[in-house]
Amino acid sequence: MQLGIFTVGDVTPDPTNGTTPTEYEKIKNTIILAKKAEEIGLDVFATAEHHNPPFASPGNPPILLSAIAAQTEKLIVSTATTLITTNDPVRLAEDYAYLQHVSDGRMDLMLGRGNTGPVYPWFGKDIRDGIPLAIENYDLLHRLWREDVVNWEGKYRTPLQGFTSTPRPLDGVPPFVWHGSIRSPEIAEQAAYYGNGFFANHIFWPASHTEQMVRLYRQRFEHYGHGDADQAIVGLGGQFFMRRNSQDAVREYRPYFDVSPVYGHGPSLEDFSSQTPLTVGSPQQVLERTLGFRDYVGDYQRQLFLVDHSGLPIKTVLEQMDLLGEILPDLRAGFAEGRPAHIPDAPTHGARVAAAGGAHDATVYAGADAATGSRAEDAR
Amino acid sequence: MTRHLVVVSAGLSSPSSTRILADQLAAAVEERLVGRGEDVRIEVIELREHARALADNLLTGFPSGALAQAVQAVAQADAVIAVTPVFSASYSGLFKTFFDVLEPGALEGKPVLMGATAGTARHSLVLEHALRPLFSYLKATPVPTGVFAASEDFGSNGASEQGSRLAARVDRAAAELVALLDGPSARADVPPARKLQGSTEFDPEAADFVSFDQLLGG
Repeated sequence: MQLGIFTVGDVTPDPTNGTTPTEYEKIKNTIILAKKAEEIGLDVFATAEHHNPPFASPGNPPILLSAIAAQTEKLIVSTATTLITTNDPVRLAEDYAYLQHVSDGRMDLMLGRGNTGPVYPWFGKDIRDGIPLAIENYDLLHRLWREDVVNWEGKYRTPLQGFTSTPRPLDGVPPFVWHGSIRSPEIAEQAAYYGNGFFANHIFWPASHTEQMVRLYRQRFEHYGHGDADQAIVGLGGQFFMRRNSQDAVREYRPYFDVSPVYGHGPSLEDFSSQTPLTVGSPQQVLERTLGFRDYVGDYQRQLFLVDHSGLPIKTVLEQMDLLGEILPDLRAGFAEGRPAHIPDAPTHGARVAAAGGAHDATVYAGADAATGSRAEDAR
Repeated sequence: MTRHLVVVSAGLSSPSSTRILADQLAAAVEERLVGRGEDVRIEVIELREHARALADNLLTGFPSGALAQAVQAVAQADAVIAVTPVFSASYSGLFKTFFDVLEPGALEGKPVLMGATAGTARHSLVLEHALRPLFSYLKATPVPTGVFAASEDFGSNGASEQGSRLAARVDRAAAELVALLDGPSARADVPPARKLQGSTEFDPEAADFVSFDQLLGG
């Protein structure tokens, strides 16, 4: 079981005092937060990708993730999510393979479609093609990491003739991919088809919805022959605000919740807490609620929490991390309790290399002409 | 066979004329169905009770608690009776919001009987310029007759001209809804809209012929 945090990188005013961090502060705080994640013993840090204010998450996550990988030793860096719709799959293949080398395999990535319509035309795409883009682009990405020379033609980008994406995956094993979704069953189906991980956003919608999505993914994972349904690779989001005394947590968090960019001005903190996995209370309450997620998705592989959003100051966020660190041993023990032996662990680079029969270097050494089998003048 | 009828009322006061019209429509449909030996289950959704949850739904993207049940009830209904007060020349925002948060396709092919209420009959075409396009867009099957009731319809009793006209519209709309439940060809029970062929208007011996004495003397 991997435990970690994910950030949306929103630059939101602190509603209690009106101060807003600069982009510089938010970006540096994000790196501080990632290092803190390693310090308290978490396994994963994942960043969102955004292309518009009020976000200071990177437009190209590997830039941030490389910096974090350079300043940590054990932490797995990932995305939550990187956009499989508007990014060129060739760039994704190159950038994340490069990150794989830079981080010595301490990385994976989660793909999403993006949560805002306007982003599509900024990159020459149409939101109505969201699902077809996610399907075609990932299929190409999948091939670029598994075939040294790719000939490809599709609908949404220029064709590739004899193309080799570099660098080749570290140790000959492509990065592990999660497919993230709030509500699209097509994405659960896509994850199942490839035997990739499925990450349910979980934090915005009722548990009953997540339960349905994960069940579909598990059924289809088995259908496509990747293993039994309970061996599918499942991740969940979560969010909490903790204080030692639960009333203090509610009192302190409410002003942030009430004007939160996503659900603010809507349901009450109490209603939203009962309708979604949000837990505002004592560390013990967060521990118990989190361990309860298994009741409706089964034993799973990755739990990521959102901790640094809605204008919460970095000092408070780091205090939340300290409290998370305190319950971490109990979380790990709780998740391990009663977990059947045939349930796989979350994929890591090391485990995937071992499963592939050991590391083999996949470098394509040949010059460009020999690698692609053609010369520039042949294209005329 | 039990027919599941869901009534959506967007009236805000209690008692509300919107709810009264909704109840009349539901009762008329029930009477016709029960009259031919069918069981009817009527579920009334008062949107007022879901006002906050509807606003929340706009922001969170999911219906909570009782609203989730209401949304599901509409999706599973055999037919829907939808009645709104007229606000600013159209359906109320609350009414629209409820249909905004239904899952796409929830009303597809479903017979919908439309009703509207207002203080004055000058709003009566709201059924045609606002509600019918809404339900057409949602791919529902709105019955041909929508029922509009103004204060003057409620202000008169059932025996009066206004009252009986409302009752006749309610009955006609109910018959059309039942015909839609039976399928597109079952129109036998729908009363004719206007007596043209075989009219008694020109027959001075007919019971409903109004003589000039009556016209003059009242």
